[in-house]
Amino acid sequence: MKRRSPLQGGPLAYGVLIAATLAFVFPFYWTLVAASRSNSELSSATPALTPGPNLFHNIGEALQQADIATALVNSLIVSAVVTAGVVLSSTLAGFAFAKLRFRGRGLLLAITVGTMMIPPQLGVIPLFMVIVKLDLQNKLPSVILPALVSAFGVFFMRQFLVQALPDELIEAGRMDGASSLRIFWSIVLPVARPGMAVLGMLTFMATWNDFFWPIVALSSQNPTVQVALKSLGQGYVPDQSIIMAGTLIGTLPVLLVFALLGRQIVGGIMQGAVKG
Amino acid sequence: MATLATPLRAAARPRRGARLAPYGFLAPFFVLFAAFGLFPLLYTAYVSLHRVELQTADRMDWLGLQNYTRLFEDPFFWNALRNTFTIGLLSTVPQLLLALGLAHLLNYRLRGRTFFRVAMLMPYATSVAAATLVFAQLFGRDYGLINWALNTVGLSPVDWQANTWASQFGVSLIVTWRWTGYNALIYLAGMQSIPQELYESAAVDGASRWQQFRHITLPGLRPTIVFTVVVSTIGATQLFGEPLLYEGNSGGGISHQYQTLGLYLYEQGWTFFHLGRAAAVAWVMFLLIVVLALVNAAIAARRNRTDR
Repeated sequence: MKRRSPLQGGPLAYGVLIAATLAFVFPFYWTLVAASRSNSELSSATPALTPGPNLFHNIGEALQQADIATALVNSLIVSAVVTAGVVLSSTLAGFAFAKLRFRGRGLLLAITVGTMMIPPQLGVIPLFMVIVKLDLQNKLPSVILPALVSAFGVFFMRQFLVQALPDELIEAGRMDGASSLRIFWSIVLPVARPGMAVLGMLTFMATWNDFFWPIVALSSQNPTVQVALKSLGQGYVPDQSIIMAGTLIGTLPVLLVFALLGRQIVGGIMQGAVKG
Repeated sequence: MATLATPLRAAARPRRGARLAPYGFLAPFFVLFAAFGLFPLLYTAYVSLHRVELQTADRMDWLGLQNYTRLFEDPFFWNALRNTFTIGLLSTVPQLLLALGLAHLLNYRLRGRTFFRVAMLMPYATSVAAATLVFAQLFGRDYGLINWALNTVGLSPVDWQANTWASQFGVSLIVTWRWTGYNALIYLAGMQSIPQELYESAAVDGASRWQQFRHITLPGLRPTIVFTVVVSTIGATQLFGEPLLYEGNSGGGISHQYQTLGLYLYEQGWTFFHLGRAAAVAWVMFLLIVVLALVNAAIAARRNRTDR
């Protein structure tokens, strides 16, 4: 290469990016350090900067104090069911919005997209009253039911299918006399799979990390991981190393997903964002 | 007509199925969406006009606008509103500027760029709760790492929890840490849809990197920037988890020094049991978001006009 391309990264670019990366990653490292030390080591004038030997002891304590084992199972159930629900309902509705003509399409799509701008927090009081009325307080359906569908998911799948699904494929299906359901099953689903995978990952992460509604609807007797973390953080004598051990357990599953699928998640976010 | 009816009906049956099929596809979404999404949103307005207490959530007594007048007489409401603004500015502005800069660097031809992108998105993958607990520890007054670092370079320690500005900065930093990488990726996506040739011809014309950024990248990114500003504004308006867990109480600090509207809503509803008043807070938040979105849209439209 004779002429340096205008977009070739120089040492300065690398320097800044590496510094930024360290800043982004440091809190994770610190979680590990604090989770593997004793509380007295953490509350000394010169803090320990490297991991210590107490990791498993602290994790054991955290598991006991906030019933994190139950919380992990609960979070897994909630996240899995919600992810399945969102991906399925979004693909169905996204397909209809992307490729089918019907009366009221514009209006319904406008309502769906419009509510994406309204924070769900604003509906939380009536939602709570509904949950109380259905006698679902402190039960997992209270956090599953409202999350089973997502306006963002519908919008995301619509955008994906508008591009990924050629009209001719559907036409060909119709020519062959396939019913709409048949077309969905044999033509749309295979094409939609990459989009469904991305939406699934994003939904799983968001559900696992959801905070506001679970602490309203659930109690520390039957918590999700985030609710358990909240109660760990609010103990009478906060033991920092145990709080950090709990934080580590709660974060690990998502980080694991991220380590395995990080590249796809990055791609998905960039893809979903462009047309935002 | 009558003679044609039989063959027509036979042909029409699959047609009608096809006509109704779209609604079938939409039904699972819209049924749940109406029940748990739209209905609560609208019903909040109705609840806000009543006295509703948490313990007796079934009973609603008509109050008219009393919840709102009570709200506007409460100094803590105005305090929360002010804090929401300052924390919103403290977190959104640096976050988006940093994201823009990082995205610009990530757009260079780099070794290991996937690594950088994934590392930058890691904070987004953590929960509010986990991030806040870690940062609350780092910001600890007596044994926190940040004060220790300040001390080693000869600066005096800061009370990151009790001091108003320091605590608001602390809360804002958590938000910034979690969302900068996410926004950087969104900007990066926008940058990559700008044609490469524009940069090449600008370089041939002797434009510096800064001039290229100013005159090609920024205008090309405008819709993306408007999008991120709107989304971050909405996020900042409903900030909740970070201030709740920063010190572990719903008041947002001893003297409510970093209590946000979201926290105030939660306190009214689930600490003081006034669901009706909490609904009024929710509606004020909603109106605030609408106003902010309109302001954003107006600024964006004006910018577009002056550019032409």
